[in-house]
Amino acid sequence: MSRLHTKLAALKAAGKTALIPYITAGDPSPKATVALMHLLVEKGADVIELGVPFSDPMADGPVIQKAVERALIHNVSLDDVLEYVRVFREQDTETPVVLMGYLNPIEAQGYEAFANAASSVGVDAVLTVDMPPEESKGYLEALQQASLDRIFLVSPTTPDNRLSAVNEKGSGFVYYVSLKGVTGSKELDVEDVARNMKRLQQSLSMPMGIGFGIKDGATAFEMAKIGDAVIVGSALVKLIEANQSKGSYDIHLAIGNKMTEFRTALDKADALKGQE
Amino acid sequence: MTIDFSKYPDEHGHFGPYGGVFAPETLMAALEQLKNEYKLVKNDPAFLKELAEDLQNYVGRPTPLYYAKRWSEHLGGGKIYLKREDLNHTGAHKVNNTIGQALLAKRLGKKRIIAETGAGQHGVASATVAARLGLECVVYMGADDVIRQAPNVARMRMLGATVVPVESGTKTLKDALNEAMRDWVTNVDDTFYIIGTVAGPHPYPAMVRDFQAIIGRETKQQALQHENKLPDVLIACVGGGSNAIGLFHEFLKDDSVEMYGVEPAGLGLDTGQHAAPLCKGKPGVFHGNRTYLMQDKNGQILGTHSISAGLDYPGVGPEHAWLKDIGRVNYVAVDDEEALQGFRDLTRFEGIIPALESSHALAYATKLAPTLSKDTMIVVNLSGRGDKDMNTIAQIEGIEF
Repeated sequence: MSRLHTKLAALKAAGKTALIPYITAGDPSPKATVALMHLLVEKGADVIELGVPFSDPMADGPVIQKAVERALIHNVSLDDVLEYVRVFREQDTETPVVLMGYLNPIEAQGYEAFANAASSVGVDAVLTVDMPPEESKGYLEALQQASLDRIFLVSPTTPDNRLSAVNEKGSGFVYYVSLKGVTGSKELDVEDVARNMKRLQQSLSMPMGIGFGIKDGATAFEMAKIGDAVIVGSALVKLIEANQSKGSYDIHLAIGNKMTEFRTALDKADALKGQE
Repeated sequence: MTIDFSKYPDEHGHFGPYGGVFAPETLMAALEQLKNEYKLVKNDPAFLKELAEDLQNYVGRPTPLYYAKRWSEHLGGGKIYLKREDLNHTGAHKVNNTIGQALLAKRLGKKRIIAETGAGQHGVASATVAARLGLECVVYMGADDVIRQAPNVARMRMLGATVVPVESGTKTLKDALNEAMRDWVTNVDDTFYIIGTVAGPHPYPAMVRDFQAIIGRETKQQALQHENKLPDVLIACVGGGSNAIGLFHEFLKDDSVEMYGVEPAGLGLDTGQHAAPLCKGKPGVFHGNRTYLMQDKNGQILGTHSISAGLDYPGVGPEHAWLKDIGRVNYVAVDDEEALQGFRDLTRFEGIIPALESSHALAYATKLAPTLSKDTMIVVNLSGRGDKDMNTIAQIEGIEF
C-alpha cells in the first residue's frame, strides 16, 4: 500500500474529506518551499501537490503562470524540486507528496531515471498534465516500477469510453478538473460538477479529487459534499504573489489563514455528511 | 528506400517515435472528434470538390512555377524555379490550410475560430476565411510580433478579427500558441482551433500537411510541363514546417528528388540565438507532440531568435523530425544576414519581394545553385510575399516611409 493510498483510505474510513493544497516549487524563491510545505501540513493539508516549474504551462491560468515565472528566475529545475522533497521528508514522513507538472522536464531526465530519483527522495505520486493514458506506456511502467502512484485528469468533456483507461492505468486518486478552462479560472458551477461527478463515480473505482476554480471556503464546502478530496491552488498562490514583497512572515500568515478557511469548510461539510 | 510514406502517421498520429497526442484532458474529446471528422471528409468527394473550388476561385490556385532566369544565370549553376505561393490570396501558403480547416469548422457547427500567429500570415488567412464564413475570429500573437508585423495586425483587425497581444513568456509564436490552447480549453464547446502549421497534437500535423500538399502536387505537374522531368532539388524554409511539408510530401517517394529544409540560424548556430531545433535541438514533448525542440538540460523550452517572426519557434512539426532521422530530407540553416541577402537578391534580380521566412530558402539556394550543373532543376518554395516585412527591412536599410 502506498503512502497516498493509505492516507486517503484512512480519511475515507474516518468520514473526512482530504484537503490537497498546491504550491509551485521555488515560488517565490527556492528557500521558501520546504517551510511552506510544513506550514500547509500544520494548517490541515492531508496531501501536498507540488508544482514542477515549466517554461510553457499551457493548462495554467495567469496566477500559476506568474508563480512559475518567479521560480524560473531562480532556474528551479526538476532536480531542485526533488531536493526540496528530500529535505521536507527529513521532518515529515507522513504527508504524501504529489508532483504536478508537464512532461518535457521528465522526458529530459528519462522516465526511469526520474521515477527512481523521485521515489528515493520520498515523492508518492506524479500527475503530468500533458500525458494522457493513450501515450503513457513507458512512463507508466517506470512509475510503477518505482512504486509511484499515477494520477490522471478527468474533465467535464471526458467521454465515458475513456474512463476505463483511467481506471486501469491510474492509481492513488483521480483528479477531476471541475470546469472547462485553465487553473484558477471563473466561477464553478456546483450543480454541473455534482452531475458530472455522479456519472464519473459510476465508472471510476478510485477516490475523486476536485480541483480548478475553488476560490474560497464556501466553494470548498460544496465540493467536499461531492468529492473525496478538494484541491486548491491558485487561491493560495495568489497570496504568495500579493505578499512577496513583504516577506515570508506575511506570506505564511496569509496562506495559513486561507488554509484555515478551507479546512474549516471541509470539516463542516464532513460533520454534515456524518449526520446523514 | 522502401518506406510507404502514405502510411504515416499511424492511427494515433505517430511518425516513428514522433508526433502523438500529448494534450490536456479537456481537449482529448475535441481532438478525437476532429480526428474522426477529418477521416470522414478527407475522402469525401463533396468536401474535396468544395475545397478544390475554393482553392481555384477564391485563393487563385494553381500558383505558377516560375523560372527565375536572370537570378539563376547570375548565380551560375542550376536552374532555379520558384513555386509562387506568394501569389495566393492573402499573400502566403497559409490560406491553403485555413480554407480546409474552416470548411471543417463549418461542418462541426462551430461558431468561433481561434488561431495563433507569428508573422501574422496565418492570422490574416484565418481572419479572412472567418470573414467569408461569418465566424467570430480571435487571433493570439506574441506582443513582440504585434510590433514587428504591424501591417498584418492592421489587416486582421480590418477583417473583423480580434487580435490579442500575448505578453507572457518570450512574447513570440510559442507563447501565442500557449494562449490559444488556454482559450481552446476554456471554450472547447463552440470553438474551432485552426492551427497554422504541421505541429500540435494529432490530427493537426497530418491534416495541415494534407491541406498544404497541393503545393507539391501542382509542382510535380508543372515541372513535367517545364522541364519534362521531376525536379532534382527542392528547397523550403522550416519554422513549424507547413510550407516545406506541403512541397516535399508529394515527392518523398521519388528517390531521385533531393530535399533541403532550411531553418533560421538567427545570429548564428553557435550563438544560441537561433530557432533551429532540427540542426541544434533534441527530442522532447511540447505543444501536444514529440519532436525536436530547443530546450535546456532541464527540459525548459528556450527562447528563440530569428529575424523572421514566422520561423521564430522552438519546435518543429513531428514529420520533419522523423524525415530528419530517416535521412530523407536534409535540414540546414542560414542566418539573419544571409536571409536578408536572399531577400535583396530576389527583389533586385527578379522584381519579386519575398517574405523574410521564404528568404531563408532563397538564401540556401544561392549557396547551393552554383555548385550544381546547369541542367539541374531546383524548386524553391516562395512561401509568402514580403509586404508584411516592410517595417523590418526599412529599418535595417535606413529607408523612411
